[in-house]
Amino acid sequence: MWTLFQSHANEFISGFGWTILSSIIALAGSLVLGTVFALMEVVPNRLTNIIAKIYIEIVRNIPLLVITMFFYVVVARVWHLNGFAAGTIGLTLYTSAFIAETVRAGINSVDKGQLEGALSNGLSWWESMRYVVLPQAFRLVIPPLGNQFISLIKNSSILAFVAGMDLMYQANMLSQATFDTFGPYIIVGILYLILTMPLSYYMQYLEKHLAQGGA
Amino acid sequence: MSMIEFKDVEKYYGDFHALKDINLDVETGETVVLIGPSGSGKSTLIRSVNGLETIQKGQLIVNGQDLADPKTNLNRIRKDVGMVFQHFNLYANKTVLENIMLAPRLVLHRDEAENKKVAMGLLERVNLVDQANKYPSTLSGGQQQRIAIARSLAMKPKALLFDEPTSALDPEMVNDVLKFMREIAQDSSMTMLVVTHEMGFAKQVADRVIFMADGQILEDSPTKEFFEQPSEPRARKFLSQIVH
Repeated sequence: MWTLFQSHANEFISGFGWTILSSIIALAGSLVLGTVFALMEVVPNRLTNIIAKIYIEIVRNIPLLVITMFFYVVVARVWHLNGFAAGTIGLTLYTSAFIAETVRAGINSVDKGQLEGALSNGLSWWESMRYVVLPQAFRLVIPPLGNQFISLIKNSSILAFVAGMDLMYQANMLSQATFDTFGPYIIVGILYLILTMPLSYYMQYLEKHLAQGGA
Repeated sequence: MSMIEFKDVEKYYGDFHALKDINLDVETGETVVLIGPSGSGKSTLIRSVNGLETIQKGQLIVNGQDLADPKTNLNRIRKDVGMVFQHFNLYANKTVLENIMLAPRLVLHRDEAENKKVAMGLLERVNLVDQANKYPSTLSGGQQQRIAIARSLAMKPKALLFDEPTSALDPEMVNDVLKFMREIAQDSSMTMLVVTHEMGFAKQVADRVIFMADGQILEDSPTKEFFEQPSEPRARKFLSQIVH
């Protein structure tokens, strides 16, 4: 196994790098997009609520692979997208729907007196959200958001299906090239664990810390 | 001049008729106390004054603008009409000082040094300067409520609405809050509409007392008259139950 890793270190490291890059982009993108859709779900405007709800329900209930293939096969005909881009976009959109639901739950669990206090103080609805409600909502949803991010890293293996050059893709390539159907997958499994385990432990730590009212 | 004027206002929650044919006029500088049994519509009435509740019929003119008109900008009204809640509603994620400074900064674009000066001045008035950098959850209810009132005052409002400001407080905290409210009422340009069960406060401070029951205004009398000879039997009964 070690010799397999040594002889193909370049491929593994490159796959590791692309997986991290895709995860970071999708993480930032889905956090922004998810928060926007969460706000659209709670803004006092019926039409906007419905648009957000439709987006979330559709995206959440289609397999990640189908969304990704849509970008790789359909959208890529119009705008040039390589596998990495299509996979990362698919991952971002898919995760954003789950993050939207998580953030919305957080907003709803902030005491409604906070919003009323801010509005009565003269703040606009957006200012009330930005300065008063959202900061409290995010604090409440840090643990579930962390779990979303761990899922996101694991889901990034979807890139392998669209030649996204990520870890899983490298494992597929190597296993075909070396006829070793075992080793490459064990190695990338370990590499995924290196990414997700620290995050998982950090989340458990945060959860305990937040439960005690700290942070 | 009227600061707050209800004209034939009706409000429903689904089938429930919460406000029935409300006609009420609060003049600039007046202090009006609103009393009545729970569920009588006092809170709904006061919350509709700054648009936290919407009315279905009639006109509600606050500071010259009609809240029933969908074109009315609620933020413009709220800028001039502060509200104090039963449960304080201080921003849990901000320090005491930031609670007071946030709205003047965002809404009035008050200069930062001036903003801080005004905020510290208000904290001095309520004897809470030493709490400026603490978070609201670490303070007592009485302290939080005085800060909430200070937060409203920082906007230099024309009117203040109080929705049962002392109902959630421990008895020994009530007086500090009422004392502060009495001081504010002394400012002759400040209009105050207060929902409360504190009859002593009403007797001392109110120009008029409004008695509500079942979503209606049953009595609207000058304070002295209301307490000495309430004309409405239900008001008489209510008073006998709560004034000892």
